[in-house]
Amino acid sequence: MPAPDFHTQYVLRLADDALVLGQRLAEWCGHGPLLEEDIALTNVSLDLIGQARLLLSHAGGLEGRGRDEDALAYFRDEREFRNCTLVELPNGEAAHDDYATTIVRNLLASALAVPRYEALSTSADAGLAQIAAKSVKEARSHLRHAADWTVRFGDGTDESKRRAQAALERLWPYTNEWWATDAVEREAAKAGIGPTLAELKPAWDATVDAVLEKATLTRPADVPFVSSGKLGVHSEHMGFLLAEMQTLARQHPGASW
Amino acid sequence: MSAVADARLARARACAASVPDPEIPVVTLDDLGILRDVRDEGGRVVVDLTPTYTGCPATRVIADDVRRALADGGFADADVRMVLAPPWSTDWISADGRRKLREYGIAPPGAAASTGAVVRLTPRAARPAGPAPRAAPSGDVSAGTSFAAVDAHRRAPADPSSGTAAAAAVAATASADADAGAETIECPRCGSADVERLSQHGSTPCKALYRCVACREPFDYFKPY
Repeated sequence: MPAPDFHTQYVLRLADDALVLGQRLAEWCGHGPLLEEDIALTNVSLDLIGQARLLLSHAGGLEGRGRDEDALAYFRDEREFRNCTLVELPNGEAAHDDYATTIVRNLLASALAVPRYEALSTSADAGLAQIAAKSVKEARSHLRHAADWTVRFGDGTDESKRRAQAALERLWPYTNEWWATDAVEREAAKAGIGPTLAELKPAWDATVDAVLEKATLTRPADVPFVSSGKLGVHSEHMGFLLAEMQTLARQHPGASW
Repeated sequence: MSAVADARLARARACAASVPDPEIPVVTLDDLGILRDVRDEGGRVVVDLTPTYTGCPATRVIADDVRRALADGGFADADVRMVLAPPWSTDWISADGRRKLREYGIAPPGAAASTGAVVRLTPRAARPAGPAPRAAPSGDVSAGTSFAAVDAHRRAPADPSSGTAAAAAVAATASADADAGAETIECPRCGSADVERLSQHGSTPCKALYRCVACREPFDYFKPY
């Protein structure tokens, strides 16, 4: 029997956050600023895609329509994706990849992923709890990596600090979406599936503030803008990302490799 | 269970246990602790494996290798399953596996149990002199504290229990390098503990890249997970 829709949607948000950020970070493969960082981001990407595969398979099972991880990753259209807008934004501004943007985004995202997976490891959904207990170990290492580089950039040269602060200002408004609780999260919290993201905000604030302080960066002022990726309404960047991610699978449906 | 069935299961277990890890072939799946269970279900051998990292590309190869080893041993219908819980930990790597890793040039992992806190903030003044406590709750993050989590690349060079404030600060910083767990990382070639981290990420997801300050050789460190 299919799970209630809120349950599937809740898991899809997690899955798509991991998948889309994993896809973005994979763009650095072969283009990293240092060999070590090329390898680091590719490893983080690999972890995220590994998490996404488990979560998508789980979501497919909950949905009960026979869609497996590949069907969900490659054959859903933009409006069916439930990732937050933050993770689909480009790795820099316009066509210019920017490592500070990539790192600051990873900081904001992994500072949420850690308490999120910690909370989910006691989910009433046993399959989700298992995936979360495994994923939290990886999220912690992603947070370490992002925090380390945020400090190096912020407390580094004038140029690295300028770019880290600019990235922070540009990305900050997209975190508002997390704290805007909707029916899916409320129902999931009531059913013991997992927390609303707003419940995790104190932990997120503490982590981010501590890293920013150490990095001598300034926490941006809050603005009223709220993005809507988790509702399926995405930025102009999402279509391009999906085109690149999905084109091969769609040109050769049913292919195995 | 009959003695015959016991012997059969032991044979199946030996087949699966002897499969080498595809990335680090000096250690077996049993050494790594990713072979979780071998049992009989209605006359069919069932093998439980657990993945290391969720995205580890070797996971599928490992399952295929185990199937092949079992088929070669006469268990062609064996069922090889991936189980997630409890999540794999480097604490499950056997003593023998650790020795083999070291001989192969990979420093074995320290205890993983202490790596829960990522950005661990504790007022340095409140730290006892001497080695800092290993397991801080991850909620140990509050305003008005100093940050000592992410930039500890060098190991504490001196005896951290000398009782001076400086030594306490070094110990606090070193203990916050969650990469290192609670144990000292030793160069697998010369045994020196004077090592530095070059990169948190290495040639496979499970390793970090270090360099020995004493003998100047770079080496892989199997990260606590």
